[in-house]
Amino acid sequence: MRYYDKLIFELSRPGRSGYSLSLKNRATLGTVRGGTTSEAQWWGPKDVFQGERTAAEGIWREAPLDLPEVSEPDVVRHYTNLSQMNFGVDTGFYPLGSCTMKYNPKINEEVVSLFNGLHPLQPESTVKGARAVLDFMDKALAAITGMKHFTFLPCAGAHGELTGLMLIREYHMSRGDSARTKIIVPDSAHGTNPASAAVCGLDVVVVKSRPDGLVDVEDLKPLLGPDIAGIMMTNPNTLGLFERDIKEIAALVHECGGLLYYDGANMNPLLGVVRPGDMGFDVMHLNLHKTFSTPHGGGGPGSGPVGVSERLVPFFDKPRVSGFHGNFGVIVRACAYILSLGRENIKMAGPLATLAANYIKESLKDCYKLPIESVCKHEFVFDGLLEPNGVTTLDVAKRLLDYGFHAPTIYFPLLFHQALMIEPTETESLQTLDAFIEVMRTIAKEAAEDPEILHGAPHNTPIGRPDETSAARQPVLKYSAE
Amino acid sequence: MGTFAYFPHTEEDIRVMLERAGVSSLDGLYADVPPEFKYKGEYDLPSAMSEEEVRSWFESLVSRNTRLKVFAGAGAYDHYTPSVIPYITSRSEFLTAYTPYQCEISQGTLRYIFEWQTMICALTGLDVANASMYDGPTAAAEAMRMCVACTRKRNTVVASSALLPNVLATLRTYARYSGINLVETWSVAEAVAEGTLDLAGVIVPSINRFGIIESHLGLASLVHEMGGLMVEYCDPSALAVVKTPAEWGADIAVGDGQSLGIPLCYGGPYVGFMACRNEWMRKLPGRIVGQTRDAEGRRAFVLTLQAREQHIRREKATSNICSNESLMALWCTVYLSIMGPEGMRKLNAICYERSHYLHDALLATGKFTDPFEGRQFLKEFALKPLCDVAKLQQALLDAGFFGALSTEEGYVTFCVTERRTPEEIDALVKVVKEAAL
Amino acid sequence: MSRIIEGLLYSESHEWVKVEGDLAIIGVSDFAQAEMGDITYVDLPSEGDEVAAGEEFGALESVKASSELYCPVSGTVEAVNAELEDAPEKVNEDAYAAWIIKVRMSDPSELESLMDAAAYAKIAE
Repeated sequence: MRYYDKLIFELSRPGRSGYSLSLKNRATLGTVRGGTTSEAQWWGPKDVFQGERTAAEGIWREAPLDLPEVSEPDVVRHYTNLSQMNFGVDTGFYPLGSCTMKYNPKINEEVVSLFNGLHPLQPESTVKGARAVLDFMDKALAAITGMKHFTFLPCAGAHGELTGLMLIREYHMSRGDSARTKIIVPDSAHGTNPASAAVCGLDVVVVKSRPDGLVDVEDLKPLLGPDIAGIMMTNPNTLGLFERDIKEIAALVHECGGLLYYDGANMNPLLGVVRPGDMGFDVMHLNLHKTFSTPHGGGGPGSGPVGVSERLVPFFDKPRVSGFHGNFGVIVRACAYILSLGRENIKMAGPLATLAANYIKESLKDCYKLPIESVCKHEFVFDGLLEPNGVTTLDVAKRLLDYGFHAPTIYFPLLFHQALMIEPTETESLQTLDAFIEVMRTIAKEAAEDPEILHGAPHNTPIGRPDETSAARQPVLKYSAE
Repeated sequence: MGTFAYFPHTEEDIRVMLERAGVSSLDGLYADVPPEFKYKGEYDLPSAMSEEEVRSWFESLVSRNTRLKVFAGAGAYDHYTPSVIPYITSRSEFLTAYTPYQCEISQGTLRYIFEWQTMICALTGLDVANASMYDGPTAAAEAMRMCVACTRKRNTVVASSALLPNVLATLRTYARYSGINLVETWSVAEAVAEGTLDLAGVIVPSINRFGIIESHLGLASLVHEMGGLMVEYCDPSALAVVKTPAEWGADIAVGDGQSLGIPLCYGGPYVGFMACRNEWMRKLPGRIVGQTRDAEGRRAFVLTLQAREQHIRREKATSNICSNESLMALWCTVYLSIMGPEGMRKLNAICYERSHYLHDALLATGKFTDPFEGRQFLKEFALKPLCDVAKLQQALLDAGFFGALSTEEGYVTFCVTERRTPEEIDALVKVVKEAAL
Repeated sequence: MSRIIEGLLYSESHEWVKVEGDLAIIGVSDFAQAEMGDITYVDLPSEGDEVAAGEEFGALESVKASSELYCPVSGTVEAVNAELEDAPEKVNEDAYAAWIIKVRMSDPSELESLMDAAAYAKIAE
């Protein structure tokens, strides 16, 4: 990776351009409206959009449009240079916990463009192929999760959570059960859970984890009552542990009249092993960009389809949470992934991901602090170094960048102060895992012998640690020529 | 087990890993799962397909779609995609990266988002923009929530009935569950002027559902006087030539970036944008990228103002959003770089010219009247049909055109982008003229 | 070891109160600012806002954290320290000089539930 300091605006020169527009047959069209649109009026300084500028009620833009003026080669070279300061799954190992950074197959990219020309409001009879993709995915995801139906409108995991909670509220409201305004969320939950609940107008009640990292059923019991809309569970949870009391939890929550929400961010290890529908969940979302291999794109577009059990089927497509049919292009990619894996291979994904996580955990627990000794699922959490010597989790994460790996998720979950959350996925080879383990051991050794090198890391990246404090105190959020 | 292209494990690898993990079989990794929850069936899915089979599967599906010349808009516009864009956005360093948490190895993503924020500010005239939202309608819903957050205890948002139907539907959904009092009206200024509402804000379209460029003269000062915020829903492509949200005095601008060269792709992925005045910066939802320096003084970019966000604030966050539509923001950023100010202006001129050409030609068939005569439009317009709409739509479909979208008010809309050639426009008019309607 | 000043009253959520007649001057303790690290933003209420004891009246933000401010007393916000809008670092520099709001108290008896310096020293460790 090489530091490159330009912004596109700094390449701009007045009068340069990169566009290519067809201006054919202008003579014919120029006659429209009594021939008022002569060449000069279109492109000249007194064009059609300036006609009313003198009027107070002018509807045309008066401010100059400050976009870069660059050529096509400028653009290609600039963004190619930018890309070279980026690290992706195709660059190297990306053990980012709870993000399931698995390999993104290339055939999936190729088939998407086949649908590019379809307008979202075209009549059903002209989009049978696109509808067939959605129908296939509805059935496929239902088969994999044990839910009845899926809506594809949500564009991301958090968006799916929100949609699922809307369905829970809709269910209670339809029964006249309007007092159910509280939702239970474990203290180990993803930050999006309570945030989605708040957006959905629900009050969050936190249920504690036991020392073994699982939801404390005894702490849960007194929370249940006629004001509880439901519970949001992540299973396996963010510590990578399977909530083995789920049967009792489901029974207790259902008994009090609440519903169970399944946060599908951690679905990957259950592929081929457990179906959320069978565990008693009423509604769930999947992250197609995690479990079903669609690329993360630097933070979207994703897709967060929401599945429902029988009792929510009457409501499942009611909340209109996005503009058209959801992120259709992402759904197509996930569809290609399911077809490629087929029923034979998809059931191997979960166990192989789980195997990789346990392999790393067991290989490093003599240098990193493992707060909960247990077989994990797809991910696990270390609470920093066994012998930190002043070295923090942030230092370890930054040093990993020097060695050509992405960092794990850090400082989450909040249950531990020095959390390092590692998720390797099933698409990494034993050689890659061994190389990562080797580097993690080297870092532990450096911590003992030369902690300074860790405090100053990273050293080999395009930039070093930035000054985030002044970025937040005096925000500079857009370019302005100096 | 056999090998599979995406799983690199040999039998020997698995043996080694199981041994280290301290279990004797893959099943042993799930000993903590109650047996009754273990799935013993076979997923009802097809058998694994080769790459070529996957491609054929999709090609055969696609053959069931009908390829149409798009003369429709309503929030999704058939603009041309310069070939540079998919080339750049498919670079795997952009495509396969996560949200730029580790800024030292994400300067590519962070820089283009900073460029996107700058360009959204340039288009809207406002001070600050976020890293993007899911799509236009959800951005509008977030703006509605933001109005409530900025005005503290106020809870009524007035939305113009002339907003696109899918924007209104999304607003209704979010309002229903957030407990916001959403008032829909054709006359926003009058509703506000009554002064009886605990007004948090208003949402009005820059170009409305009939394609008309609206005038919002005086609206901002009225709304501010009543203590609310003004939100404008915009088509960013059109903002190159129509009056900007800042020029109308709006506090917040939202819209869908799809018109900046993103393919129709049956409705997504698109990208929402959101910009506001400096005053409201700390209430802006979503990711925001800021500029700073590293220890050696090099210009560096980071995710900033994160204390607003869900991973820190949890239930007190301004929004639950945690991703954006980063790659689509890159798509639009490259588009705007390629087009430049002059390209954007010419593009709009072509759309204007061709849509007016179609508009006049359709009126000349005698099968329509113009319910909005004298109002300005850019690329989309509504007509009142004097004929059977279903037959009209079918005649167009039969001839390979998608147009004449019905509106709830009994009009039909057409949209003409620069991709529609004069020959295609003439052919469409001929169909309308000759069909027995 | 954080600084604690005699003569001020303290809340469990680490706000300090200086009483001047029926006016309460409110800030956060040195302990609180140290826990937060570099403060990047102070979210302030508006003058004239009604506040109630135990209710949120604003927040402190750092790069990776946010901490709500709870009002130790009820009343009306008489003044806010607008200087902190542009210079939040003043809270880090001297938490007792950087007052945040002044509240005209509606019920000064609420002060009785606050701690003195000695009592606060026991929880701010």
